[in-house]
This record gives sequence, structure tokens and C-alpha cells, in this order.
Amino acid sequence: MPVEGSNYQQPTPDGHFGQHGGRFVAETLVHALDQLSALYDELKSDPVFIRELQEDLAQYVGRPTPLYFAQRLTERLGGAQIYLKREDLNHTGAHKVNNTIGQALLAKRMGKPRVIAETGAGQHGVATATVAARLGLKCQVYMGSEDIQRQSMNVYRMKLLGADVIPVTSGSKTLKDAMNEALRDWVTNVDDTHYIIGTAAGPHPYPMMVRDFQSVIGNEARAQILQARGSLPDLLVACVGGGSNAIGLFHPFVDDVDVRMVGVEAGGRGLETGEHAAPLNAGRVGVLHGNRTYLMQDDDGQVMATHSISAGLDYPGVGPEHSYLKDIGRAEYVSVTDDEAMQGFRMLNRTEGILPALESSHAIAWVAKNAPAMSVDEVIIVNLSGRGDKDILTVAALDGITL
Amino acid sequence: MSRITSCLKNLKDSGRTALVPFVTAGDPVIDITPAIMHGLVDGGADIVELGIPFSDPEADGPVIQAASERALANHVRLLDVLEVVRVFRLTNATTPIILMGYLNSILGMGEGLFAQRAGDAGVDGVIMVNMPPEESLSLRKVLDPVGIDIIFLVAPTTSDERARKIAAAASGFVYYVSLKGITGAGHIDVESVRTNLERLRKLINLPLLVGFGIKNGTTARAVGQHADGVVMGAALVQTVAAHADAPHTIPAALTHQLKEVREALDRP
Repeated sequence: MPVEGSNYQQPTPDGHFGQHGGRFVAETLVHALDQLSALYDELKSDPVFIRELQEDLAQYVGRPTPLYFAQRLTERLGGAQIYLKREDLNHTGAHKVNNTIGQALLAKRMGKPRVIAETGAGQHGVATATVAARLGLKCQVYMGSEDIQRQSMNVYRMKLLGADVIPVTSGSKTLKDAMNEALRDWVTNVDDTHYIIGTAAGPHPYPMMVRDFQSVIGNEARAQILQARGSLPDLLVACVGGGSNAIGLFHPFVDDVDVRMVGVEAGGRGLETGEHAAPLNAGRVGVLHGNRTYLMQDDDGQVMATHSISAGLDYPGVGPEHSYLKDIGRAEYVSVTDDEAMQGFRMLNRTEGILPALESSHAIAWVAKNAPAMSVDEVIIVNLSGRGDKDILTVAALDGITL
Repeated sequence: MSRITSCLKNLKDSGRTALVPFVTAGDPVIDITPAIMHGLVDGGADIVELGIPFSDPEADGPVIQAASERALANHVRLLDVLEVVRVFRLTNATTPIILMGYLNSILGMGEGLFAQRAGDAGVDGVIMVNMPPEESLSLRKVLDPVGIDIIFLVAPTTSDERARKIAAAASGFVYYVSLKGITGAGHIDVESVRTNLERLRKLINLPLLVGFGIKNGTTARAVGQHADGVVMGAALVQTVAAHADAPHTIPAALTHQLKEVREALDRP
């Protein structure tokens, strides 16, 4: 929800963040987006809806999540004080559920009995299947056939929760193609279906709405750090694929101009190889999936195949608000490679007894590289956006072990 | 008066229904596309719609997705598509040509450069599936001076208020999407098309052409009784796919297929 008295007023009423965002969709969907915008505008200040959402977040998701001081990691790196925002401790194991809880309540209000979702790593699919089961909604999840292979545990979790997982075999068979297919489903079944987009991207109002639902992360973290230390942090760090966990952490701090914000993209095998998923570092502005934003594309406007060790970051676009924060210089966007992310993963395993998701390991890896050069008086909050149980098979395979 | 406007006016004056076939440019190979376009005109096409191959055709069904993939496998670029139009224009100066696709293709080239090149090549209109009028201002600014129409879609879900807004932004004609869904989908509900067109005619003072779900002469005729024209895509693209191993046979096959539709439309 918007910060009271904020100087930062984005997006514009028609969904633009500077030159980014907007609503680039087939005409058939415009009516549904108008309806969704109107309903959301009404509900976001409706005390009954807000209470319902807060109760669900407390009783079902398990919020607030701790802001945990990572003492051994801090000592190991010997620089800034490192706090982890423990989104991995949410029900279903990642931040994704903050958004699906909110959107499922919207679907219920709209009287739509069916929800669909796209998923990459499977975390958003699981979070959608979970809330659908709880509210008795029919649920279908589109997932690239490549991702189905590398995230087989999450696929099975979704099935246990009663969702249909539909393999997508077009294009690169990953998250972007799953999103294409979900859009095709929605345009066909728009009367009875709500599309729960999992990241802060897509046509207006999704980037704004997902940001608002995820802002619970930053709102809690802000209050928690003030309580723990009596002052705001110096630096916020989060991984960025579509960017929902990052915008959720960043947004409540946007007006705090002394708080530096760093988003970490997936550098894959290295930016110089072209095999990565870092549009804010190496992309150009384009239009895909309903919004204008930085995009990995060739010079003919064809969207390029991406690579990341982490399925959840393996996406050629990025939420439009991140593109805007980059343009205005309010946030910085960097990248770390697959190998560095793995080092971050292992470092957190052994210093703190935490298995982070490979997505979140990118943020840890950047901190591991940069915290040592910072002063011990400085404070970093890292968004630990999800837990790594889903990645065990991938990590084992890298170690040459078959489980 | 633009080539599209005068074409549709002439048809209306003579009481005929416009027939607008769609194929994807460069499917299966770019060299055959000009011959395919002439073949479509021989089969009775009044306007030819050429798809720009795109990596992420989010409003298209499997048939037209596959056409894009075939073309992209041969590295067909927007520049090649414009070259095809130029070559077609060498021997046909009258049939309007519309490019249909997704906005990022044009953005990739740059809107200004695209407008200049498309104008030079002889393009008459563009349909950008994922560009509603609200997001069209910058493209319109560069296409107006070169006389290229922007054709917008209206859908069964389009409200009256929105239909007026679309009419204000559109030129050439307005494309009514006959069903909720993707290209090549489903069964067309002619009664719903009729009532929606009746509603839209009161709001939109441009010709209304109907696409999505036109598969053959029978569906074309049923819809054509209520519309100013029909657009037929997936059924033709299927023919292209079936002949992909022998591209030189495609133009004649499409001529044959389209003639049946033309005759059904023209039958008294």
C-alpha cells in the first residue's frame, strides 16, 4: 500500500513508471484489466479487505518474518553488519505467497472460480496452488518443460495441492514462454479466470499491485531495523529476476534517499558470454508481456534466450519499476555469475545453517564480495527471498551426486 | 485517400465483401513470399495481411506460432519483410498491404526508421496486436506523415466508451476479433458477431472487418453478411505448413483455397 506522505508517486494513473510500464496487451484483455484496476483501487483502502489480508499474512503465512542478524556471516566477511530478511520462513518457503494471498482474495471478490499462473522455479506456482486450494479455486499453472525437469519437486508439490501443471513446449520452454501461454489462456477464459502474475511485471495494474502486496517485506524490515538499531540501514540488497522480492524490500525505503539499494541480476556464465539473464545490465528498452521495460533482445527486437543456474531468475525482462529506478539512479543494478551464486549458497550453508534458494544466493554472493570493503558501522539488509530445498537436486548434480 | 480506404470504399459501392488473407512473411522461406502474395491476389484477395515473425507471439495459437518459428529458423528479419513488400509492389501497385505483428519488432528497428522504410516499400497499414490506442501516440506521429494507417482491434469485451476511443484513434478500418481467444481458435458464433457488429456500427464510423474463426467459404459467407470484410489466417497458414517441403507449390495451393472463399462471399 502507498506510503503515507510519500514524495514518490509511481506509477501514473495509466500505469507508467517514467517511460516504462503501461499496458501493451490484446484488446480482449483491456476490459479485464480495467475491472481489476478499479477493484484494486477500491479494495486497497477498504478496511475489511486490509484486515482480511493482514489476518491471512499473520495466521496462514506466518508473518512477520524475522529480520535476523547474521553474526557468523558478518564476522567471516569482516565488514558491514549483515541482516537477513527471512522470507524463506514464509509458508511455502518464499516471498511469492505475499502476493498470491492478496491476488486470490481479489479473485474471490471478483467471483472468478479459476486462477492461472506462470512459474519458473515453481515457487510462484506452489504459492498459487496453495492459496487456490485454501480458497477452493480451480488452479492451472503453466511451466516451461525445461523448468519442469529442473524443478521436479515443486511440480509434484503443485500436483499434491490439486493444481494442474501444464508443460509449455514452445519457444525456449522456460518462464517467458510459460507467461505467453498463460496470457493465451487468459484471453480465452477471461470471463471466469483471474491471472495471478507472480512478479512485478506485466500490464498495469500488475506491477503496482504486486509491488504493493510485496511491500510488506520492506515495511516490516524498516520497522524491525529501527527497533534493532535505532536507525535506517545503509544498504538494501535483493536478487532481481522479474524483481518482486526486490521491489517489495525497496519500495518502502524509496523516500529514504540515504539508503542505497542494489538489485542483483543473474550474470549466468558471465555478461560477456551473452549467456545470462541481466536485462538491466545488458538489455535495451522494449515491450514484452504487457509492459515496456529493459529487455534482452537482438537488434531485430526478437527476445533472446536467457541462462541462469536459477530458474526463478531466468527471464529476459524485468519489472518496469526497476527499469525506472535504474533510469532515475535511485537503485543500482549489478550481476553475479552462476559460480559466484553457488559460492554464496555454500557460504550461507556453513556460516549460518541456512540453505538459501539459488535466486537469493545471488544477493548473498554480491554481499560476500562487497561487505568486506564496508565499515563495521554500516548495516546491510539482504532479502533472503526463499529457501533452497527446491534446489537440492540441482546442487547435488553440480557436485556429481545423484540423490 | 489511403489505398486501404479507397479499396474498401470501392468494394462497398459495388456491394462486395472484402477478403483479407493473412500469411506470415518468410514462412517457410522468404524468397517465396512475394509469389504467395500474388497467389493470394489471384485467389481473390482485396487486401493482403503479412505477419512479422516474432519470438513471443502471445496472442497467437499454435498454427501461427509455428509459422513464426519456421520463419525465424531462417533468420527472417523485419528488413526482409519490408523488402518482400517492395518486390511485390514492382508488379502490383493497387492491392493494399498490412503488416501485422507485435510492437517490439518495430521498436527494434526504431519507430522513425520503420515508418520511413515501410512508406518507401509500399506498406499501407499496420496492426500491432499488443498496442492499444493509449500506447500508440509515438507510432502514430511517425506513420501519419507517410500515410500508413494504424488499424486497431475491437473485441467482444470492448465497452461502448472504449469503442468510441478506438474509433477516434483508428484509420483505414477497425478489426473486430470475433471471439475471446487466440488466432486459429474455436468455433465462431455468428449470432454474437452480428449483435456485436450492430452495436459497434453505432459507435465506429469506419469499415468493420472480422477476423478469428474464419476457416472456409461457409464461415466467411456467414460472417460476411454482417461485416464489411473478413480476415482469414490460420486456415491458410496450415496450407503453407502442409506444403513447407515444396515451397514453390504454395502460391497455387493458396489461390485454389482462397477462390472457394471468394466465390462463397460473392454468391448472390
